[in-house]
Amino acid sequence: MKDFYDVAIIGAGPAGLAAAKAASALGASVIILEREARCGGILNQCIHDGFGLMRYHRALTGPEYAARAIDELEGMRIDILTDAFVSQLVDNGDKKAIIVITRSGLLTINTASIVLATGCRERTRGQIRTPGSRPSGVFTAGLAQSFVNLKGMDIGHRVVILGSGDIGLIMARRLTLEGAKVLGVYEILSKPCGLKRNITQCLYDFGIPLETGMTVSRIIGSKRLEAVEVSQVDSDMKAIDGTARIIECDTLILSVGLIPENELASDLGVKLDPKTNGALTDAILQTSVPGVFACGNCRKVLDLADLVSRQAETAGANAARHALGLGGYEEAAELDVSLPKGWPEKDVINCTLCPRGCSIAFKDGKALGYGCKRGLEYAKTELVSPMRTLTATVLDSKGHCVPIKSSVPVPRSSLVLLRQALKSVRLADHHSGQVACTIDGIEFLSAENG
Amino acid sequence: MRYDVAIIGAGAVGCAIARELSFFKLKVAVLEKSCDVAFGTSGRNSAVCHAGFNNKTTSLMARFCVEGNRLMEGLCQDLGVEYRKTGKFLIGFDEADMRTLEALVEKGKANGCTGLQIVGMDAVHAKVPGVGGIGAMSSPNTAIFDTFGYTVALAENAKANGCDFYFSHAVKSVSEGPDPYRFIIDGAIEAKVLINSAGLFADKVSSLCGVDGYRIYPCKGQYYVYDKIADSTLQVPVYPAPRPGIGGLGIHLTPTIHGNVIAGPSADYQDDPEDYCTTKPVLDQLLSESSLLLGSLRPGQIIASYAGIRPKQAPPSQGGFMDFTIKAEQGRKGLVNLIGIESPGLTASVPIAMHVRDILIDHQRDFGLDMQARENPIRTRKAPVRFASLDREEQARLIKENPDYGTVVCRCQTVTLAEIKKAIDNVLGCRSIASVKYRAWPTTGRCQGGYCMTRIVAELMKSGLKAEEINLRDEGSNLFWGQAR
Repeated sequence: MKDFYDVAIIGAGPAGLAAAKAASALGASVIILEREARCGGILNQCIHDGFGLMRYHRALTGPEYAARAIDELEGMRIDILTDAFVSQLVDNGDKKAIIVITRSGLLTINTASIVLATGCRERTRGQIRTPGSRPSGVFTAGLAQSFVNLKGMDIGHRVVILGSGDIGLIMARRLTLEGAKVLGVYEILSKPCGLKRNITQCLYDFGIPLETGMTVSRIIGSKRLEAVEVSQVDSDMKAIDGTARIIECDTLILSVGLIPENELASDLGVKLDPKTNGALTDAILQTSVPGVFACGNCRKVLDLADLVSRQAETAGANAARHALGLGGYEEAAELDVSLPKGWPEKDVINCTLCPRGCSIAFKDGKALGYGCKRGLEYAKTELVSPMRTLTATVLDSKGHCVPIKSSVPVPRSSLVLLRQALKSVRLADHHSGQVACTIDGIEFLSAENG
Repeated sequence: MRYDVAIIGAGAVGCAIARELSFFKLKVAVLEKSCDVAFGTSGRNSAVCHAGFNNKTTSLMARFCVEGNRLMEGLCQDLGVEYRKTGKFLIGFDEADMRTLEALVEKGKANGCTGLQIVGMDAVHAKVPGVGGIGAMSSPNTAIFDTFGYTVALAENAKANGCDFYFSHAVKSVSEGPDPYRFIIDGAIEAKVLINSAGLFADKVSSLCGVDGYRIYPCKGQYYVYDKIADSTLQVPVYPAPRPGIGGLGIHLTPTIHGNVIAGPSADYQDDPEDYCTTKPVLDQLLSESSLLLGSLRPGQIIASYAGIRPKQAPPSQGGFMDFTIKAEQGRKGLVNLIGIESPGLTASVPIAMHVRDILIDHQRDFGLDMQARENPIRTRKAPVRFASLDREEQARLIKENPDYGTVVCRCQTVTLAEIKKAIDNVLGCRSIASVKYRAWPTTGRCQGGYCMTRIVAELMKSGLKAEEINLRDEGSNLFWGQAR
C-alpha cells in the first residue's frame, strides 16, 4: 500500500479488472478497491457459460471469465485491496482522496485519477410499485442467483418470473435445473428483452412459457408468497382491468431492470443521466469531473461482460494518461456489437459458438445462413439432438458451493437428471480447470475463480 | 408460570406498560403473537411524535399526547433512541383550510400545546422550499423518531428489570382461575392482572376474558417510501390542513429519522385486521396528493411501499376519532382494557403506561398486588452504535476496537457487521430479517436488501438458525425451503 496512486479503480468486476490492466500497461501505479472478499464481482455468481466469446474466443462460465481477467494482472504492479468499502470520494482538484472502510481501519487513498467501475444494482419490487402484500418469496433475479449458486439455498418450488431480461431467463433455467417448476415468464413490453440464445436455451429447452404484454399486477400471500395476479397491459404499460389471472406460486423472481450504481460518483459531483442514473461521460469516458472516468455498467448497462471489459480498457488507459500527463487519449469504441435479441424466429437456429450468432435455417434439405463449418455442424446437431454444457454448483467437503461445468456438451434431455445426480456429490480435492467429479461417465470440471 | 401481571401485546404501548411496571417488585410477562416487538401498528405508521393539537380538548388522547410529546425527548435520550425535533407545518390550500388551521391553534392552546402559530408561506419555504399552499400552521414541538428502536428499547429496559417476554405466542384462551391468579392463559400462564394491549385484536382479547361489547374497526393507511432525499428536500414534516371526518391526518410527507421521506397514509376501513396489502388506486392517490404538497417528488425516487392499520373504535358510519378507552373492567376483576389505541397512541405510549400503572396502584388491594417500588430499577438503555452517523475519528477508533466495524454489510445505509451481530444477539431474540432491520436498519435503502440480504442470512445462520428457519418477517414467512447440505 502506498500513500498515492496514479489511478484508483473502484470495483473489481470485469470493468475494474480490465481498467487496471490497461492503466498499469501504460506505467501508472494502480490500486483496485473491492468491497467483496474476492475479485470478479457479479461474475462469481454467474456460473452459467457463454462469457468470453469475444474476448477469449471460447465459452466460459462467469467465474472462469473472472479468473482469466485476474490472471491477466499477474506480474503487473497493481495493488488489490479486497474487503474494502469505499465510503466517500473527495475532490481536491488535481488530486482526489478516497475514504475506504476496511477491517484494519479507515484508509485515505490519494490518487490523480479515479475509474468508476461500480457496476449496477437491480430494480426492486418497490421501484416498480407492484401493489399487494409483502410476503417472503419475492426475489430480484440477481439476489436469487446469489442465494442459489453461492449458498446452495432452495429458494422456491413453483416460480413465476417477471421480466424477460437475460438474468430472468438464466434464472428460469437455473431454478428448473435445481428442481423447481417455472410456471412462466411475463414481460411487460411487447417483445422479449433477452438474447435469442437465452430464450432458446433457458426457456424453450425446458418448455417454459413466455408471454409478452403482461405484468404482475398484484402480489398475494401474507407470509410466504401464495400467488401472483398477472394482467395484460395497455400501451402505457398499465394493467388492463378484466384481464387478471391468478397463478399459484411460492416464488416470484423479478428481472425488471438494472440501475447504474453511482451514489459515490454523484457525491463527487459527477453528472448522471437523469433517466438511467448512468454516469455521463465524453468520448474518452471521462465524467463531468476531470480525472474521474467511468466504464461498464455504472456508465450504461451493457449486454455482455466482454463489451464491459473492452470499454474498461479504454477508460483505464485514459485514466493513466490523465494521471501521467500523457497525451493521445483514445476514444471509446461504439459498442453496438451485440448478439441478437427478442423472439427466436421459427425454424431458425441461432448459433451460439461465436459472437456473430448466425441465424441458420434449413430449406429443402439445404442449410442457409451459416458462417462457418462449425456453425453448420452445430445447426445439424441442434436439429436432431441438441447438446448443452451443464453448469451447476456442488458442495465440497467444507460445505462450500463450487461451480462446475461438463467438460463437453451433454444431451439437452439429460440436463435435469444429471443436475439432480450431482446433488449427492461431495467434492474432495479440486482445482480450477481440472476434473472435479464424474457422473454417468461425464466429466465435470471445477470452474472456480481462483 | 405465575405472574402478577400479564400484558397482551408487545407494541409500543404494551412495552411501555411493561417498562413502567418493571420499576415495581412485580412479576410481569408480555405475550406477543408475533416473533418480535413492534410488528403491528407500532411499526407501521408515520413515526412522528405529535404535539397534541389535533385531538378533542379534555380527551385522553389530547392529554396523553401533549404529555407524551413533553416527555419523549428525555425518554429517547434515556433509552438511546434517535429523535429529532423537526417541528411541522400544516398547509392550507384555501381560505376554508386557513380557518381550520386558526381553529386548530386555539384547540391546541386549550390542549396545552405551546408555540403553535399561523405563518406565511415564506416561513414554510425558508425550511421546505417548493411546498404548495397559501399559508400554514407551524407546530414547533412536533418531532420525528425511530419508532422501532423506541419499542425495542422499552422492551429491553423492561427485560433488564426482569420482565419476561413470550414471542410467537398468540393468546387463544383465557380461563378463570381461583383468586388471586384469576387469569389462566392458554392453560399455562397464570396472572393476577391481565392488561389487554392487543391493538387490532383488543376487542377479541377482551371477549376471551369474558368482557364483550367492544369492537375494533381496522382502518388501513398506505405509504410510499422515497429514497434518501430528506436531507436535501424535506427536513420538516408537512401535512395538509385536516379535513373533517377522515379519521386520519390526511396524506402527508414526513422525513424519517433515517433520511427517507414517507408519503401517506390513506385511510380506508376494512374488515380484516391483518390485511396489509397495498392497492393500486390508493398508491396512485398517494402519488398525486403528495405531489400537491411537494411538486419536486418524482415517482422514480420511490423505493418501497407499506401499509399500517389503525385499531379504531369509531365505526365507518361515524368516522373521525373516538377517545382511547383505558379502564379496569367491572365485569372481570383484574382485567385492564386498552381499546382503540390508534394515533396518537405512539406519542402517548408512556403517559398511557403511567395511567395504567396508576390504575393498578388504585386497585392493588382488590387485585391482590403489592405495588412496591423496585430498588434502583434500570431506567435507561445504552444506545446501539450507528456507525454511519459517527465522524471519521470515532469510526476509526471503533474499527481498531472491533474489526467487525470495518466490514460494511448494508451498503445503502452503511451498516457494519458489528452492528448486525449486535442486532442478532439481542436480549429479545432474533430469527427474522425484519428483527435485524428494526434494530440496525439494513435492507431499508435503495437496493432493498439486494446487497446485504445474503450477508444477513449468513450471520443468522452463524447464530444457529437453519436456512429454513430464517424468516423475512413473522413466523411462516420463510425465505428458503432448505439448503444443500
